[in-house]
Amino acid sequence: MRTLVLWCPDWPVTAAGFSPDEPVAIMFANRVVACSAAARRGGVQRGLRRRQAEARCPGLQLVAHDPTGDARAFEPVVAAVEAFCPRLEIVRPGVCAVGTRGPSRYFGGDEALTARVTEAVAHVGGQAGIADGSFAAELAARAGRVIPPGETPTFLATFSVGVLERPELADLLTRLGIRTLGAFAALPAASVLARFGADGLVAHRLASGEDEHPLSARIPPPELDVTAELDPPAERVETAVFAARGLAHQLCDELSARGLALSCLRVEAETEHGETLVRRWRLEGATPLALAERVRWQLDGWLSNPHGPTAGLTLLRLVPEEVLPDEGRQLGFWGGDRALDDHAARALLHVQGLLGPDAVTTAVPIGGRGPAEQVQLVPWGDARAPTTCILGVDSRTYAGYPAQERSGGPWPGRVPAPSPAAVHVNPIRAEVVDANNQPVTVSGRGAASGEPAKISIDGGRWTGISAWAGPWPVDERWWDPQAHRRRARWQVVTADGTAHLLAVEGGRWSVEATYD
Amino acid sequence: MALPQRAVGEGQVAAPELKNLARPVSLARERTLPVLPALADLLPEGGLRRGSTVAVSGDAPRASRSEAEARPGATSLALALLAGPSQAGSWCAAVGLPSLGVVAAAEVGVALERFPLVARPGDEWPAVVATLVDAVDVVLVCLPRHVRNGDARRLVAKARDRGAVLITAGGSSALQADVRLSVASSSWDGLGRGHGRLQARRIDVVASGRGAAARERQVSLWLPSANGGVEAIDHANARSLVS
Repeated sequence: MRTLVLWCPDWPVTAAGFSPDEPVAIMFANRVVACSAAARRGGVQRGLRRRQAEARCPGLQLVAHDPTGDARAFEPVVAAVEAFCPRLEIVRPGVCAVGTRGPSRYFGGDEALTARVTEAVAHVGGQAGIADGSFAAELAARAGRVIPPGETPTFLATFSVGVLERPELADLLTRLGIRTLGAFAALPAASVLARFGADGLVAHRLASGEDEHPLSARIPPPELDVTAELDPPAERVETAVFAARGLAHQLCDELSARGLALSCLRVEAETEHGETLVRRWRLEGATPLALAERVRWQLDGWLSNPHGPTAGLTLLRLVPEEVLPDEGRQLGFWGGDRALDDHAARALLHVQGLLGPDAVTTAVPIGGRGPAEQVQLVPWGDARAPTTCILGVDSRTYAGYPAQERSGGPWPGRVPAPSPAAVHVNPIRAEVVDANNQPVTVSGRGAASGEPAKISIDGGRWTGISAWAGPWPVDERWWDPQAHRRRARWQVVTADGTAHLLAVEGGRWSVEATYD
Repeated sequence: MALPQRAVGEGQVAAPELKNLARPVSLARERTLPVLPALADLLPEGGLRRGSTVAVSGDAPRASRSEAEARPGATSLALALLAGPSQAGSWCAAVGLPSLGVVAAAEVGVALERFPLVARPGDEWPAVVATLVDAVDVVLVCLPRHVRNGDARRLVAKARDRGAVLITAGGSSALQADVRLSVASSSWDGLGRGHGRLQARRIDVVASGRGAAARERQVSLWLPSANGGVEAIDHANARSLVS
């Protein structure tokens, strides 16, 4: 099928608000996932570690990868193209595809259509290309060319097998002496299937310039649509995404019951005032979470747009546009029990339905000194990645270290293990006096006025303190007037054997946690 | 050939009987969830029997209400019970514990990615616990102060039916637990008068209950021990950590 692909070079960089002339690298898990043209000239490549990248290109700015932000920024681009090309599919943020049959005739040929699209997205430096099939069209877009009908195999023949985005296959083919797509396409399809399996056959189809969607792709019967009517209308993205998650589960269940896998999804949203937004998303290996994520991207982009909706969402519909027979997935032989995981996930979704999406949380370890600061509670179903800024530095300018590395980093002054089993959500007020019944204070230099002898928690009766250690002064985030905290911590054991973690801040004592 | 003969003799097999005949034999190992080795002596079957209810409390057993002073250690003990199944790949959940120390849970060995938390279930708690009992292996729940007997009975029955373990920590004692674990004494090691830090806690746990658990057992534990886990204390050569 003749396809036009619009490709925006280095989209994560553009989405983060940088121009191609600034040396910028987008980091995820300590690796470069995208970089600007200036950084590339400096020798930065995808896959480099942070240190290597910084060594090659001094003055490189590092930005954490933000997929949601990428998708949100791509929404206006999609809207600009969709104004004259219907049935647009978003392949991923930064790349979208559209069938050219109608638009090409209407605008007077492929060249005219390409020129029009390029003009519409000139402000983000987008390039368009047309070829047979979206794989070839994306390569054509990178080259900024229009491949005449029937010449796609010739166009593809010179590319290296690396462009198939299948590293293992490409590595093997190179070692077999097959370095270009042309050489790979020259192999008989039956032998490729026998040697490399179904995925190899798909790669072979791509290399031969055939349509990547196998002929078995078909439009599903309409009863597979799932719809949620939101009453009261959803004002927040989270509420809508939560509803979408339920729909996504329902859709995936229905599809898997029929032995089908989703390859293209249409998301329709409608507001109280009748405004609608319809987007098509191309998917591979759709899980309910991936589906819900697409809905979040779409709604985020729409709602943050100044010309966005004027009222809450009332309707959300997920329509499977294209499905394939599900080839099944092999469950891990030694791995965890996936069926059990799915079962638990469904029950938690049900609890979220009872209490609201924020009521079910999962804890992610992050860096911090106090027991409450060392974990972050993330609503169930969201990615288990911490989102707070670390060390007071905005996370967007902080290189993307994985959470484990950050939590394991040195935190001088951290309360030592074992950690308390009860961390009070609101610290409990307390009073501590020394042997002469004088309140114990901690001076600005971290010296205590006396030895703590008795404690009264929340106005209760006085209990003797049998052992204590402290004060352990902590002065955190002194560079940020809002977040600055200065306190001293104590560990005490009272006469009845209970151990507490106390904090004194601004002369006031509180029980931060109890070693229950 | 006794069973089929009887069945044929009566002409037909009653449906429940047939179900029993067809039920696969399950081994004791499949009916229990593993716990940390140090805790195995507390439980009658050396593990958490599926379908059972365990109540963990800080009150000494049979102590009169007036002198009963909740001893610390119940939360840590409950978390230590979760650690064994969690490490073996089971899902655990905590309901109604807004101030649970998640770092302490991770230190004792609970896998946080399989440990969802419902901090404030509110009035919906019976429905929430019932849903979770359906899907996860171990549910740790802090009951509200007043629990209707019907709710408590239904939850215990549901846990028994679904083969999940219900652990209650604190709150009402309306639930008829199969095993009751209570902290008889607890003392900290490592902290002096103005020096040191909390390092390890020695607790004595008394287990009582119904049926197989009726015989009272007492175990002394380091919870947490100096290296963060749980260790049983051998009474013969019990010693103070900081001598």
